[in-house]
Amino acid sequence: MLTIISVSVIFLGLLFYVVGTTKITRICDAAGIRPHSLFMYHGSFPAILAVAPPLVLLSLWVVADDIVFNMMLEARFPEGLEVEGRQTILILLAQIRNIAEGIIVGQPDDWIIGLADTLSNWRNTSDTIIAGITVGLSVICGLFGISRVKPEFRARNAVEALLLTGLGICSLIAIITTIGIVFSVIFESIRFFKLVPPLEFLTGTVWNPEFEGAARAGSGQEGMSAYGSIPLFVGTFLISIIALSVSVPVGLFSAIYLSEYASKRVRGTVKPLLEILAGVPTVVYGFFAALSVAPFFRETGGMFGLDVASESALAAGFVMGIMIIPFVSSLSDDVISAVPQSLRDAAFGLGSTKSEAIKKVVLPAALPGIVASIILAVSRAVGETMIVVMAAGLAANLSLNPLDAVTTVTAQIVTILVGDQEFESAKTLSAFALALTLIFITLVLNFFALQIVKKYREQYD
Amino acid sequence: MPLTKTEQIVNASLKARRKKERAFQLFGIAAIALALFFLVTLMGSILSKGIPGFFQYYITLEIELDRERLDPLGDLSEQSLFDGQAKKIIEEVVLEKTGAKSRNGRKAARKLLSNGSDTRLTSFVRANPSLLNSTQKVKFALDDDADSYFRGFVKKETPEQQRRLSNIQIEYLDKMNEDGLISHEISDYLFFGSASRNAEMAGIKGAAIGSVLTLLVCFVIAFPIGVATAVYLEEFAPKNKITEIIEININNLAAVPSVVFGILGLAIFINLFGLPRSIPLVGGMVLALMTLPTIIISSRAAIKSVPPSIRDGALGVGASKVQATMHHVVPLAIPGMLTGTIIGMAQALGETAPLLMIGMVAFIVDIPGSVTEPGTVLPVQIFMWADFAERMFVQKTSSAIIILLLFLILMNGGAIWLRKKLERRW
Repeated sequence: MLTIISVSVIFLGLLFYVVGTTKITRICDAAGIRPHSLFMYHGSFPAILAVAPPLVLLSLWVVADDIVFNMMLEARFPEGLEVEGRQTILILLAQIRNIAEGIIVGQPDDWIIGLADTLSNWRNTSDTIIAGITVGLSVICGLFGISRVKPEFRARNAVEALLLTGLGICSLIAIITTIGIVFSVIFESIRFFKLVPPLEFLTGTVWNPEFEGAARAGSGQEGMSAYGSIPLFVGTFLISIIALSVSVPVGLFSAIYLSEYASKRVRGTVKPLLEILAGVPTVVYGFFAALSVAPFFRETGGMFGLDVASESALAAGFVMGIMIIPFVSSLSDDVISAVPQSLRDAAFGLGSTKSEAIKKVVLPAALPGIVASIILAVSRAVGETMIVVMAAGLAANLSLNPLDAVTTVTAQIVTILVGDQEFESAKTLSAFALALTLIFITLVLNFFALQIVKKYREQYD
Repeated sequence: MPLTKTEQIVNASLKARRKKERAFQLFGIAAIALALFFLVTLMGSILSKGIPGFFQYYITLEIELDRERLDPLGDLSEQSLFDGQAKKIIEEVVLEKTGAKSRNGRKAARKLLSNGSDTRLTSFVRANPSLLNSTQKVKFALDDDADSYFRGFVKKETPEQQRRLSNIQIEYLDKMNEDGLISHEISDYLFFGSASRNAEMAGIKGAAIGSVLTLLVCFVIAFPIGVATAVYLEEFAPKNKITEIIEININNLAAVPSVVFGILGLAIFINLFGLPRSIPLVGGMVLALMTLPTIIISSRAAIKSVPPSIRDGALGVGASKVQATMHHVVPLAIPGMLTGTIIGMAQALGETAPLLMIGMVAFIVDIPGSVTEPGTVLPVQIFMWADFAERMFVQKTSSAIIILLLFLILMNGGAIWLRKKLERRW
């Protein structure tokens, strides 16, 4: 249905293009004058009017109709129906939808079949209405466009204005996405904070969302679930620190060597090779961490009599460190190269060796940029998901021992939200609260990085 | 001439300072060597596990393709072949080849072949109906445990209770191997098989097609919107508060962790809009939003690199601002924009976390035929396989990783080639 409507609207657009150009050609030929704009613009103006508004309307309708139908169906649920939370309603709605599409599983209740029939009726009506409205709108807009086509009509300006509006709307997508992110996270977070006080979430030291289901089943473990996020943040912090202690020294020294010592040929070969590390998908690093690095650490630790957990923070953090080496090295390389040659020359003139010039002059000058690159690396490490999901495990231990298993904010979000969720439960909602804090942390880190760069950028230019 | 006091101090310190200089340089070289060592270890570990994963052990059996038994209805339909006795025919041959007599022995022998052998036989029959009623050599995959035995993961020396193959099974496998029935070949299941819990039958075809569909959706959405945004911001946008907010927003979106985009997809596309879970359409939309900042930023850089003289030239001969941009600036910036887009697509191809959250992690055997049919993608497939304990899955996971990396190398290589080939230096 959708395809038929869209195709016919586009066809109408083409038709109006032909009508527009024909009309302007006729008038001008008869009067022997030249129009204000090229013929193409006189055709495009009605064509754009005939296509764009109906298609926008159609896509809005497609998004909205299911939402509206769901609300209308819910209002028609029989009285006295026992509904346990949002989850059951969603399941019922999905069942009705499936039956309406002809997929019948088991023996549904009569009222469900009744509603399914109602739904398919609504859908048919809705399809007819929207088909009528879109085609009608297309014709009306197109005719309006045609009526404007005259030799003195500034068609080019009109078409360009429409085009610019289109471009402007596209650039709003970025804002809409941000709003979407904020809203999808904030509403659920507010609901979560109604169930769990924010103070408990931010300062609690026990993270144990698993008992929700058991408490529901009446196993007598009510109140066992705990939503203190401190262990998650400590875990995230620990893994990030390990990652940084691998990536910062390696990345920084590589950057210094590449920008100050290396010949052009070495630089040209090594730099792309290092950047391969940034291009490898994180799931590959996760696999590498879980299958190669973790057992290696475990065995090595065992030789020294250390008890390394099979899913240790060390393995995950170490591999994450490898992943972010290129972030540190590329950005630092850029800022080190940006330090003016005159500073180095001055240091050499005073008799310093190359390393002295680097340590005492170049690095201090490049420091703000280097700090910014490290902050960006931190934000990358905090937001990294797959490595920790696959290699760091899910045990929410409050521990700073790198040999223990810890978990992180991102790993918890993924575990909670993968698969089927109970919508009303605090467990599911907690993932949104975690996401909110995660977004907040990464944005703050980013903000600081940008501020540092901005503040010190032009000092040496 | 005696040295001055300063010269003496300097000379005395020179040795130590030169030593420090050398040490500093060594640190740099060591850091690069370490980073390259990590790269080599990573690749080595994947390749050493993954290359054997491209092969698997097959057994060639002479099967009598008795039409009456295989195709009881005689019309070669799916139902008819399903009703036929493909499984039994294969088992008879296996029992004959192993010489299994006792009840336990027969049971053990049956387990040596892959579960999918009967499907393989029926599809063979369907592809070659003319061969019915003749005796043909047909190749079947070994069960993953039997396969592991030939790979050396299951050892004879291990006590019987601790390995997944019994003594009698190993005896049968050795016998068939001596008879020359077993061969080690490139795995057709890996490339043409779909998701399966049986390691020997699992393949990446479904996931690869899912990846292609998802990327297609991602490209169709992200490329036009990204380019339009870049053109607007770079050429037309008035310098006001709204433009500033848009620019800050784009930079912030580039910093948001990918898992958050998964939450967006889950909350908005699935829960609010009511789109189905696990479909490439939703996956593509989420990835499109995620790659949008990359595309916008690189497209803006590409537009910026077009020299102002081009615009001035167009404006000078009477083009409007829009004409100058659309007819001259954008076509010249397209190679740069495409390069950025390909790099963004490569990122999207390797992304896992947001797709987990919109349900692309479901176990889906069918290969998606369109963007609205449930499917999975390569990285998610890798993630799921990595969870399975069987030794053969470890190798298959590594093989899938090699294939994914090859795709990424291809895309990034393409981007570099495009840049070298098409980008103009002004």
